[in-house]
Amino acid sequence: MTGNPTANILEVDHLSMRFGGIVAVKDLSFTAKRGDITALIGPNGAGKTTVFNCITGFYKPTTGMIRMIHGDSREFLLERLFDFRISKLAKVARTFQNIRLFAGMTALENLMVAQHNGLMRASGYTFLGLIGSPGFRSAERSAIDRARYWLDRIGLLARADEAAGNLPYGDQRRLEIARAMCSRPALLCLDEPAAGLNAREGEALSELLRLIRNEHDTSILLIEHDMSVVMQISDRIIVLDYGVKISEGTPQMIRDDPKVIAAYLGTDEKTAIAVMAGGA
Amino acid sequence: MAVPKSKKSDGPDVAAPALNQQTATRDRSVASIIKNAVVSALLALVLFSLMIGIRTETGPSGQLTYWTRFGELAAVVGAVFVGSIIVETIKRWTGPLGSVELPDTVRRAFSVLGRVLIPALLIFALLVPVIFYNQRYLLDLGILVLTYVMLGWGLNIVVGLAGLLDLGYVAFYAVGAYSYALLAQSGLPFPYFIETYPYVAIDFLQLGSWAFWALLPVSGVLAAFWGVLLGFPVLRLRGDYLAIVTLAFGEIIRLVILNWQDLTGGPNGVSGIPRPTVFGIPLTPGEDGFAALIGVPFSPTHRLVFLFYIILALALLTNWVTIRLRRLPIGRAWEAMREDEVACRALGINITTTKLSAFAIGAMFGGFAGAFFATRQGFISPESFTFQESALVLAIVVLGGMGSQLGVALAAIAMIGGFELFRGLDQFRMLVFGGVMVLLMIWRPRGLVSHRAPSVFLGRQTAIPSSMVKEGDG
Ligand SMILES: Nc1ncnc2c1ncn2[C@@H]1O[C@H](COP(=O)(O)OP(=O)(O)OP(=O)(O)O)[C@@H](O)[C@H]1O
Ligand SMILES: [Mg+2]
Repeated sequence: MTGNPTANILEVDHLSMRFGGIVAVKDLSFTAKRGDITALIGPNGAGKTTVFNCITGFYKPTTGMIRMIHGDSREFLLERLFDFRISKLAKVARTFQNIRLFAGMTALENLMVAQHNGLMRASGYTFLGLIGSPGFRSAERSAIDRARYWLDRIGLLARADEAAGNLPYGDQRRLEIARAMCSRPALLCLDEPAAGLNAREGEALSELLRLIRNEHDTSILLIEHDMSVVMQISDRIIVLDYGVKISEGTPQMIRDDPKVIAAYLGTDEKTAIAVMAGGA
Repeated sequence: MAVPKSKKSDGPDVAAPALNQQTATRDRSVASIIKNAVVSALLALVLFSLMIGIRTETGPSGQLTYWTRFGELAAVVGAVFVGSIIVETIKRWTGPLGSVELPDTVRRAFSVLGRVLIPALLIFALLVPVIFYNQRYLLDLGILVLTYVMLGWGLNIVVGLAGLLDLGYVAFYAVGAYSYALLAQSGLPFPYFIETYPYVAIDFLQLGSWAFWALLPVSGVLAAFWGVLLGFPVLRLRGDYLAIVTLAFGEIIRLVILNWQDLTGGPNGVSGIPRPTVFGIPLTPGEDGFAALIGVPFSPTHRLVFLFYIILALALLTNWVTIRLRRLPIGRAWEAMREDEVACRALGINITTTKLSAFAIGAMFGGFAGAFFATRQGFISPESFTFQESALVLAIVVLGGMGSQLGVALAAIAMIGGFELFRGLDQFRMLVFGGVMVLLMIWRPRGLVSHRAPSVFLGRQTAIPSSMVKEGDG
């Protein structure tokens, strides 16, 4: 890990996102630390995906600032970057709530597409590649090696040449994460990676996320409804409700916060405290 | 009336559920067949009531005369009704059409055939001028087919790989043809500096017998330039909207050519376009001609053979470049864009340049083909660049199987060759042709060769079935 390990990698400052009359995100500020897994949780429609879309440039925030800070202390203001540059320059990768793999391409091809920018440069913007220059060939070989590494990590090496759309659901989820990792991100944003997974697949996912955090220079921002996954692997949790941050802290703190429980139960705080007391 | 109804809903008959269900589905299917037929007939009525029902003509003194033909109208609507019932019934019998997957053995046989087919086709193509040396008509047809193979392969980059529905491809064909025709007559303009105002003058470099070879790349580059120009305004458009704008673009180019009389000669076209030379040596009967040089008697077939090999080389170049590009990051980005544009953006792929490059490269090959067309004909006019050409090339791509090089070649052979084959049928040619197209699309909705071959693989290359592959909506 380079730079100060406790420094922030992402700083979201007074972020608001309005759609017509709906305020999906209201004056949200939070930070994510380098090397951490930061979770963003909240009930349905809380605005989590909207925050992701703002960070990754799919939405332009109504107000606010999103700062991405690299290990070499280069800074990018994400709200000013055009979408594909956020992945290309600021090194922020994401997955989608409903899987968006290239279904008609093989698992391997999906991982190759993710390495587009590096390969494009190596192929001399196609011209050197067309004549098969040795530089491009070796770049392609190392791209395949990286793809092979990730396929191995997600247990899909044997099915590398199968269409991504043909893979089981859980494999598709992990393949999408591997694809994002192949773009060598500094920050990986995962939108509900455990959605629809069974217990065994959920365990494999937690394993994968831990591997990413421990062995790669990638911090993770995670949206998740599955509390067992969130509580297990997050270093820090931010809770949203109706676009507003209602709580923030370690998993232990969040677990015991009546405001959070109230938001999830859809009741007021007093009832929540009563429920907690009853439950304990 | 109400009593049995309520009785039915009270307690579902459990004694004979299977039978009940069967009759119910059959009833429903009969009802839906009738309903479909009625809807089709109504549509036909609306559509044809003006086209067939009322006939208008200009009378002898210029006034509008009209008469009704309700009998014919009724016949047509009735035919649609009956035809719809027949088609629907056949569909019921044979199950859902279009999802016909061939049995494994047949598929394997096809794949072996496919592996032999490509070299066989290639060798045959190389030998065509030898085999049919004395049949000018067949040589001409071969040149025509290869022109469309090349156009199909060029458009395949845009439509098949990048998934951008382009209905105006003929525009680039026209740009290539006119670029070559006009520049060959004027010479290649190049600016130079002078002492006096406006300090720049233009001279024309006369290319003489090298005109075709020098201007071929120029035509391609100019067509690519126009491809980018078309690409910019349509970057944000998808599907139908993209199709409409590209269609309009094709028409605009044609209309500009038609109306810019000073430059293009308008409807009169451009004639006297230089014929290709064997790298500087003209194919003429004279002393310095190619025939005299190699010491054989002159024959006009020489030029035909030469043209054949030029277009074969150009088509193979298109094919080679496309196959190469598919394995390069740019080609993979095209296919990824066809599959999911949003995911591409999230992976840092610049959609703008990716789309523009697809348009540009597709257009470039269209431009090459256009230059070839001009030099082959010696005369071009806007009539050669109508929407019908675009539609034909697109039909070749769709029929062949979007993205498949072999499929497109087969479709071009079948369509252009088949079109000639049915020449004896006169006005029924179009009818037969349309019928065959419809049947083919029912049988193989994703084209002749519909599976996709992966561009890179770790183990063994296995084809991806068409049901997985998207057609693109942008
Ligand atoms: N493009 C949009 N146009 C209009 N409203 C939107 C748009 N995107 C999101 N919203 C609204 O913003 C609010 C937050 O949506 P968002 O998708 O961010 O919720 P979420 O927290 O991701 O919910 P879930 O857990 O269900 O995925 C919702 O009320 C949604 O309807
Ligand atoms: Mg969401």
